[in-house]
Amino acid sequence: MSIKLEVKHLYKVFGDEPAKAIEMAKQGMGKDEIFTKTGMALGVKDVSLQIHTGEIFVIMGLSGSGKSTLVRLLNRLIEPSAGQVLLDGDDIAAMSDEALRNVRLKKISMVFQSFALMPHLSVLENTAFGLELAGISVSERHEKALQALQQVGLEAHQHAYPDELSGGMQQRVGLARALAIDPEVLLMDEAFSALDPLIRTGMQDELVQLQAKYQRTIVFISHDLDEAMRIGDRIAIMQGGEVVQVGTPDDILHNPANDYVRSFFQGVNVSQVFTAKDICRRKQSTIIRKTLEGGVVAAIAQLQEADRDFGYVVDKEGRFEGIVSLASLWSAEKSGKSLMAACLLDLPTVNADASLSEIISVIAQAPCAVPVVDDHQQYLGLITRAQLLQALDREEGTNP
Amino acid sequence: MTTTTETADPWSSAAPPADRSMASDPWGNAPSADAQASGSSWLTASSEQAPITNTWLDPFQVEWFDLRGIVNTGVKHLVENFRGFFDVAKQPVDWMLEIFTLALTSAHPFVVIALFALVCWQVSGWRLALGGIVSLVFLGAMSVWDESMITLALVLTSVFFCLLIGIPTGILMSRSEGFARALRPILDAMQTTPAFVYLVPIVMLFGIGRVPGVIVTIIFAMPPLIRLTHLGIKQVPADLIEASRAFGASRRQILYRVQLPLAVPTIMAGVNQTLMLSLSMVVIASMIAVPGLGLMVLRGIGRLDVGLATVGGLGIVMLAILLDRMTQSLGRDARERGTRHWYESGPIGWIYRQFKTQSKN
Ligand SMILES: Nc1ncnc2c1ncn2[C@@H]1O[C@H](COP(=O)(O)OP(=O)(O)OP(=O)(O)O)[C@@H](O)[C@H]1O
Ligand SMILES: [Mg+2]
Repeated sequence: MSIKLEVKHLYKVFGDEPAKAIEMAKQGMGKDEIFTKTGMALGVKDVSLQIHTGEIFVIMGLSGSGKSTLVRLLNRLIEPSAGQVLLDGDDIAAMSDEALRNVRLKKISMVFQSFALMPHLSVLENTAFGLELAGISVSERHEKALQALQQVGLEAHQHAYPDELSGGMQQRVGLARALAIDPEVLLMDEAFSALDPLIRTGMQDELVQLQAKYQRTIVFISHDLDEAMRIGDRIAIMQGGEVVQVGTPDDILHNPANDYVRSFFQGVNVSQVFTAKDICRRKQSTIIRKTLEGGVVAAIAQLQEADRDFGYVVDKEGRFEGIVSLASLWSAEKSGKSLMAACLLDLPTVNADASLSEIISVIAQAPCAVPVVDDHQQYLGLITRAQLLQALDREEGTNP
Repeated sequence: MTTTTETADPWSSAAPPADRSMASDPWGNAPSADAQASGSSWLTASSEQAPITNTWLDPFQVEWFDLRGIVNTGVKHLVENFRGFFDVAKQPVDWMLEIFTLALTSAHPFVVIALFALVCWQVSGWRLALGGIVSLVFLGAMSVWDESMITLALVLTSVFFCLLIGIPTGILMSRSEGFARALRPILDAMQTTPAFVYLVPIVMLFGIGRVPGVIVTIIFAMPPLIRLTHLGIKQVPADLIEASRAFGASRRQILYRVQLPLAVPTIMAGVNQTLMLSLSMVVIASMIAVPGLGLMVLRGIGRLDVGLATVGGLGIVMLAILLDRMTQSLGRDARERGTRHWYESGPIGWIYRQFKTQSKN
C-alpha cells in the first residue's frame, strides 16, 4: 500500500512564541501546563502519521483534542508551527501560495460540519464552485458538477438554493462540491455530526460505496465511535493534541493503548461494532475434507471420534459446501449416496460482515453452530450460541 | 491679548483689509471697526478695553493658544497656494453635474417620467412604477419640475461620487485592519459634525455655488456607505471564507465571488442611507447658493412665505420617498421577489421572454 499523506512531527501552537511552546512540549510538558505558564494553546503536538492511498482514515478524540486543527493543517488552512505534511512526497507546509492553491484546486478538498454552502449560489453553482475557481468553462464545470450531484443523488435539485434543502441534502451538496473536483484526498471534519442518525447511516454507506468505487483517500473526523468503527479502515485517537493510538478498529478495540482510549469504548454498542468474522472460531475436528466420491464412512468416523453431531463440509479450496449430521450420514451410507447428498437443507449460514445484532436471531434459532462464510463462499469458522453470548457480554465489562 | 487677524474670505467683495474682527461673513456686510469697538455686536466678542489676563481665579479669560489665528492663516495659505488644486478637484464634480443637469432638464418631462417608471418597474414592480409616475407628475403639476430636476441632478451626482469613493474605501477597510483603524475616527468626525458646520471649511476652500454644494453633500453623505460596505464584507460568515480558501480561492476571488455578493444587501442599505443624507444636505447646501428645491424652502422661510416653503418641502419629500423605495428594493434579491434571476422580471424580463419564445420557434 502506498503512502498518500504523511505527517512528520507536526506542531501547531496558537500564540506569539511557538518555538518556546514547542521546546516546552519537547521537555514533556502537557498542553494544560503550557497554557497556564505561557497562555499559548498547544493545538497539535508532535503528530506523525502515515495515511495510505485509498483508505478511510478516521481521527477521533474528545472535544478540544485537536482534531479540527490537525485536519486543517493537512491542507494548510492553518499554518503549521513546525513539522511537515507530505502529499505524495511534496511538503505542503513549505509550499508557495501558488502551489498550495493548485493543490487545493485539484488534489485535496474538504467537507465541513457546518456545510458552508454559498447562500447566493444554486445547488449546481455551489457544486461547481471549486471548478469555477480553477477557471474551468461554464459548460464543462456544470457537466462535472452534475455528475457529482448524481453521485449523491441530488441531480433533481440542481436549481434549488441551499436554504431550500434539508440538512441532509445540504450536506450531500457539500459532499458533491468536494467530489466535483475529483480530489485524491477528501478531508471531512465531523461532516455528518449535524445529521440525524438515520440520514447519517445512509450517508456513511454512501461514502463507503463512493470510496470503494473511486479509491479516494479519505480523512474523516468523528466524535462518534460507532461511526468510526463502521467506516474506518484505520483509526487514530487524539488526546490533548497528541495521537495516542493508531490502528484498525479491531486493534484498538482489543488492545487499547491507555485508559483514555479504553474509556472511549465503554458504552460502545458491541453488537454494532463486531461482525460475525470477529467472533467466529475454527474447530479443526468438525471440518471434513471432501474427496470426489464417497467419503461418507470417513466422515462418520471423524464425527464419532470428536464426539460431534454435526459436520461442516468444505471443498479443497476451503469453500463451504454444506452441513451434515450423524443421522444424515448414516442414511446416506445405507442408500450408498455421496457426502454431498447427505448435506442437510435449510440450515443457515451467516455472512462474515454481518454485525452481531443482525445474526442474533439466526444463531439463537439454529439447531447447531452456524458457519460463517465470506462473499466468495469461503468458510471462516463457526459461531455457537455460547460464543455469541460471550461476545455480547463484553459490552458490560471494561476489559476486552 | 487680542490678535490682529486678516479676513480670510476670498469671495467677499466688501471686506475691508486688516479688519480687527474675524469677519468671515459671506453676506458681505462686515461691521466696521467703529461699530465693533462700541461692543454692540455679540458675534465679535473681542473687546478693546484694558488687556485682560488669565488669573488663578479666572484661568480661561483669554485663549491659551490662538486656534482661530492658526486656522485662519492656515486656510489662507491653502487658498493662496493651492487654488489650482482645489479648482482641479472641482472639475470632475462639475462635469458630472453638468451631464446630469443637462440630461434631466433638457429632456421632455414625459420622457424622464417614462424612464423613471421603467426603472421602478425593473427594480421593484408595477406598483412602484405607478407611484413614481404619480409623484413625478405631481411635481410637475406644482410647477417645480425644473427645480426638482436640478435637485435630482445634484443628488445623483453626489451619490455617484459617494459610490465611486465609498465602496472601494469600504473594501480597503475590510482588507487592512490598520487602514480601518486610521479611518474610523475620521468617519466618526464626518458623521458627528453637524451638517451646518460642514459648510464653513468647504466655502473657504471651494467658494460658493452648485459644485461646492455637491462637494459638501458628498462629504456629508459618504460615511454610512463606507461603514456599511465595511460591515457587509466583515459579516460574511467565517466558515464560508474558510470553505472558499479550502477550495483554492485567492483573496481576489474571495472578494468578488463570496464577500461582495453576500454584502450586497448591506451595501444597498448604505446606498439608501447615502441617498437620503444627500437629499437632506442638498437642502442645507442651498445656503451657499445651490439652486433647486432647497432654495425654494430657504427663500420661503426668509420671506415668511409658508406656501413657497411648503411646495419646496413637499417636492423634496416626494423625491425622497421615491428614491428610498427604489434603493430599498434594490437590496432585496430576485428570489425574494419570486423570480430566480433579476433579468426574468420587469421590462427586461419582458424582452427576455420575447427573445426566448423567438429562439424556441
Ligand atoms: N484559533 C485558535 N486560537 C487559539 N486556540 C485555538 C484556536 N483554534 C483551536 N484552538 C485550541 O486548540 C485546541 C484544539 O482545538 P480543535 O478545534 O482542533 O479541537 P477539536 O478536537 O476539533 O474539538 P471539537 O471536537 O470540539 O471540534 C483547543 O484546545 C483550542 O483551545
Ligand atoms: Mg472540531
